[in-house]
Amino acid sequence: MAKVTVDGIDVEVPNGSNVLQACEAAGVEIPRFCYHDRLSVAGNCRMCLVEIEKTPPKPFASCAYPVADGMVVHTDTPMVRAARRGVMEFLLINHPLDCPICDQGGECDLQDQAVGYGTDHSRYAENKRAVKDKDLGPLVKTVMTRCIHCTRCIRFSTEIAGVSELGATARGESMEVGTYVAKALSSELSGNLIDICPVGALTSKPYAFVARPWELKKTDSVDVLDAVGAAIRVDSRGTEVLRVLPRINEDVNEEWLADKSRFSVDGLKRRRLDSCWVRRDGALQRASWPEAFAAIETKLRCVDGRRIGALAGNLSDAESMLALKDLFTALGSANLDCRQDGAHADAGRRDFYTFNTSIAGIEAADALLIVGANPRREAPLLNARIRKRWLQGGFPIALIGADADLTYGFDHIGDGPETIAALLGGRQAFSDVMRVAKQPMLILGQGALARPDGADVLAACWQLAAATGMLSPQWHGFNVLHTAAARVGALDLGFLPGRGGKSLGQMLDGGVDVLWLLGADEFDTAAIGRDTFVVYQGSHGDCGAARADVILPGAAYTEKNGTYVNTEGRVQLGALAVYPPGEAREDWKILRAFSAYVGRTLPYDDIAALRARLERVNPVFARIDILPRFGCADTTGPAGDPGRMRGAAFAPWIDNYYQTDPISRASPTMAECTRVHAPAPAQAAE
Amino acid sequence: MAVGTEGTAHAPEPDSFSFDAASEATIARILAKYPAGKQASAVLPLLDLVQRQMARVTGSGWVPRVAMDAVAHRLDMAPIRVYEVATFYLMFNTAPVGKYNLQVCTTTPCWLRGSDAVAHACRRATGITDWKETSADGMFTMTEVECLGACVNAPILQVNDDFYEDMDAESTERLLAALKRGEHPEPGSVKGRQTSAPEGGPTTLTSLSFEKAE
Repeated sequence: MAKVTVDGIDVEVPNGSNVLQACEAAGVEIPRFCYHDRLSVAGNCRMCLVEIEKTPPKPFASCAYPVADGMVVHTDTPMVRAARRGVMEFLLINHPLDCPICDQGGECDLQDQAVGYGTDHSRYAENKRAVKDKDLGPLVKTVMTRCIHCTRCIRFSTEIAGVSELGATARGESMEVGTYVAKALSSELSGNLIDICPVGALTSKPYAFVARPWELKKTDSVDVLDAVGAAIRVDSRGTEVLRVLPRINEDVNEEWLADKSRFSVDGLKRRRLDSCWVRRDGALQRASWPEAFAAIETKLRCVDGRRIGALAGNLSDAESMLALKDLFTALGSANLDCRQDGAHADAGRRDFYTFNTSIAGIEAADALLIVGANPRREAPLLNARIRKRWLQGGFPIALIGADADLTYGFDHIGDGPETIAALLGGRQAFSDVMRVAKQPMLILGQGALARPDGADVLAACWQLAAATGMLSPQWHGFNVLHTAAARVGALDLGFLPGRGGKSLGQMLDGGVDVLWLLGADEFDTAAIGRDTFVVYQGSHGDCGAARADVILPGAAYTEKNGTYVNTEGRVQLGALAVYPPGEAREDWKILRAFSAYVGRTLPYDDIAALRARLERVNPVFARIDILPRFGCADTTGPAGDPGRMRGAAFAPWIDNYYQTDPISRASPTMAECTRVHAPAPAQAAE
Repeated sequence: MAVGTEGTAHAPEPDSFSFDAASEATIARILAKYPAGKQASAVLPLLDLVQRQMARVTGSGWVPRVAMDAVAHRLDMAPIRVYEVATFYLMFNTAPVGKYNLQVCTTTPCWLRGSDAVAHACRRATGITDWKETSADGMFTMTEVECLGACVNAPILQVNDDFYEDMDAESTERLLAALKRGEHPEPGSVKGRQTSAPEGGPTTLTSLSFEKAE
């Protein structure tokens, strides 16, 4: 530790810190543009100048100057102020005075710091330089004349996102930040460029000229478009959600957000179900809530409880799933399923289906085996964490499954189960790598579980984990990577076929007479039996609603208070930012109201009572935002026989990252991303 | 736009680029200088090699983007990292140039010694009106460069790799006429002095003898 005095305040900071960090520790704010604590130090904006005693009498860039024991730093001397004013004057020489038409206005570092260090007029009488705007794809809008060359975007894309596509070409006054060749950024994290740009050079294209930051109501919530559960802030105005930004959660998303989670918000306004619909004479017709309830009740009255089933969707909150489960139990049905993809899950023990190492725990691992997953598409933020660990070195990674560019180096050691068998049998060199490692980890993707031999693959991977030292009382290296935000919560509360109950496959094709879909759109609705009566409860008119006989309009994730459990098993609360449109209601309230209508009133009248019930069903729901990490003392594995794994290769799980759920499919921005990034269709043979 | 007689002055971006056999031999020699995993250090010599191969093959020494991609591929670098280097150094031409790249130094010492006259003579002789332009016959491109580091012999006109020193309007015109005829005048001072020694032989310390003392 080094003792540093900043403006008379003594602080101790770790050796190797820079002066800027010491100033932060002392609570002294240092203006900066290029410095970002998650990126490498560039030291090129020169805004963070400070004066240090017993050094040459000149200002030092605090971000690039290491601390030394006994250092005395002054941040508010005449020299420092004059130097910063000088830097600001230089920065403003070529920066346009277009704040009134700039989307960064109101949340612009340059604007804020110009208040402190700018002058009221410019001494610069020459022509300002103008720079041609770059086309970075459908998400990031560029106004390159505003760029102050801090190079944060270049460092972010190279270091964090792992796609070296942005750079600074030419030099001096001709220097331009861009891709040199016109192309859309091929990163799932490109939206973060908008956040890290300290000026208005990179702004959100879909959000251009939509709102000013001070007009927005800010609601802290949690993202549900993948299973990572990133912390988000939902910005809304009136009844509209206008944008989604990341919040800092060091354990999950640090301060980043994936593009689908950030830019799908325009899907919240389109294809919405805003009233009840009932199918009459083969066509869906608008109906009132009593009419819709009556239609369902009429049908239910003449159906045996064992002939009705319920399917929970990928975006469902735990409250509504529990209400649905309680309702169906009361109606005498055990036909429940949350696995629209048919992925195998052993809910016998929680660590059979969660990401036990935890996302932050990846940084402590020293070897990684990925089985049947493409973390870059399935969980971009988790992938960024793997890359962060990989960059530190000493992190051998192997992949079994479809080859892909994951933004870090790995050995592609196989395509399918036979490689797992080879690892188990010690016939594969990587098993030695894992044995030697002290804290190895394994990530098992849905692509390896959603197949007939999923149970056997799960058991084989667990055995492999046990055999290679991934399971110890101090360390848990076995991880299942989910892609559906609702999945772990559903497994936690047992939204699975009960005793004698039917799974999704058995409910389809006439297995039940009434099928209740809670936002379930990710399965082949054509496989539902022709005579099955389908109730669709959800927010968007997607394939589930198209097949429905009765539609009950529900709320999207920004319109309800809900509990979500991410792939780690972290319980988090999403919050209501705006009210659901039209007649739509929060989902658990719909179910509670319907239960009263059919005379099976659910025993909770408000969300507090429902959450109390949730805790009684599974105590994990009481641990909100807290994720205790356990080692694995009991290495007894899930049911399954590794010997029965079939030879077929693991298929890629997500083909199109940008459209995986009803919200992103309704989003024009995501549609545009799909158009830009989709691989060119194969040319038909002539 | 007029296409030069050499057919190279306004050449479009080629579809592809690959190193020829002569370049490949040089690449092997260059790469051997760097330890394994540090090949990216060879980006400057390889870009230079590209420019020389282009000059040899097409008569126009420039670095097309496809060639930058080829260098990136060869050195296992992201293409943008090569673009950054190639565009940073003004010695790499990112657009086609004429057979002779007339690099006129206009930094203060050369300017004081008459670089304006040199530039003017170049314009008059080639018909070029502005910097970065190529003459209609595809023979010459004029480039304004910063200090070439030969101020003692100012002003300097660098033609491709060769320095022509102590230039003035007349010697510039003579030089360009010779180049047009396909001749290759001896580089160095046009006034005939040895490197940067005084004109007409030594002017100081003339009494000193360098004979061995008895």
